[in-house]
Amino acid sequence: MKRSAKDLFQIFGAFFKIGAFTFGGGYAMIPLIQKEAVEKHGWVSDDDILEILAIAESTPGPIAINSATFIGYRAAGIFGSVLATLGVVLPSFVIILTLSFVLQQFQELEAVRYAFAGIRAGVLALLCKSLWTLYKKSPKGWPAYVVMACSFVLTAFFDINVLFVIIGCAVFGLITSRYLERRAEK
Amino acid sequence: MSFLELFLTFFMIGAVTFGGGYAMLPMIQEQVLLRWGHIISPESLINFVAVSESTPGPFAINMATYIGSVVGGQEGGWLLSVFGSFCATMGVVLPSFVVILIVAKCYDKFRESRVIKGCMTGLKPAVVGLIGGAILSVVLTVFFPAGLTWAVFTQVDFYVSLVIFAVMLVLAFKKVHPILLICLSAVLGIAAGYLL
Repeated sequence: MKRSAKDLFQIFGAFFKIGAFTFGGGYAMIPLIQKEAVEKHGWVSDDDILEILAIAESTPGPIAINSATFIGYRAAGIFGSVLATLGVVLPSFVIILTLSFVLQQFQELEAVRYAFAGIRAGVLALLCKSLWTLYKKSPKGWPAYVVMACSFVLTAFFDINVLFVIIGCAVFGLITSRYLERRAEK
Repeated sequence: MSFLELFLTFFMIGAVTFGGGYAMLPMIQEQVLLRWGHIISPESLINFVAVSESTPGPFAINMATYIGSVVGGQEGGWLLSVFGSFCATMGVVLPSFVVILIVAKCYDKFRESRVIKGCMTGLKPAVVGLIGGAILSVVLTVFFPAGLTWAVFTQVDFYVSLVIFAVMLVLAFKKVHPILLICLSAVLGIAAGYLL
């Protein structure tokens, strides 16, 4: 999987573009990833994209980073994955760093405070919409509803570390899915 | 010390949150307010969710960069602020990077693994419940900034937020673009602030 410096530069450039032009991250990036990595450079195939998505969903971390690392590795090994990941991170990093300085200068202005009071209510609406989307994509059935209810109640009303809730839910999912499989086999 | 803490905190967040995007919000909210609550208020965290939504790039990276720069900036000048961002962003990226490299090597084993499939049947609904919990605390910040009191129902700010929330909820479900929605919220917020 030896590649020239030019290939590596192309990988960095493609993922820099992906990082710079997709808003919202995650699934919003898929079309651009498809265009750059499949159509333009042929690093992976369309089927690969679907599998990368499935993997990205079942591994921790942001989907954008997961797919960049995976495609970069397929295209040019370890160096490819480093450059793809750096490329996709760099635009956000620079933009947000700049904005964070600007924001700290202006956040005491009256107009900015009013604007953000409105924006916070808008963000709440966006979060509700995203909750609904996630609920539709989540598995259904009694184990899923038990997990939803428990993780909600534990984090909302008790002072329990989110980490423990996540681990507990994974273990519960593993045990119940095994149990249901066994029962289906009998 | 706070730089190592930034790195480790975001490393943990990156290592245990599945699904990307808002799935990271509950963990970020908990850890950031716990560790840096004296620097970062719940309001400014939500403000930044909006900024992060209206700028390009993954949500997790945007949040890590921002929190790193605020916490680092607290230690001194802009250079430490940049270094803080760097530590937090590296932290949140590294777990995914390593895990994906391993998966890319033993891809078929990973795909067929019943253990991973089993864990996912618990993790997917868990994200729904966790975000539900995060939303509840955002509700408190937006509607009850001074705590849970009856007095809030006599304040005009409460009703302004309620109207903006209701309008934006309808627009969100009508698939209006998030950036447009955030801009509209800002305009309504400014108009209400000066007119009422």
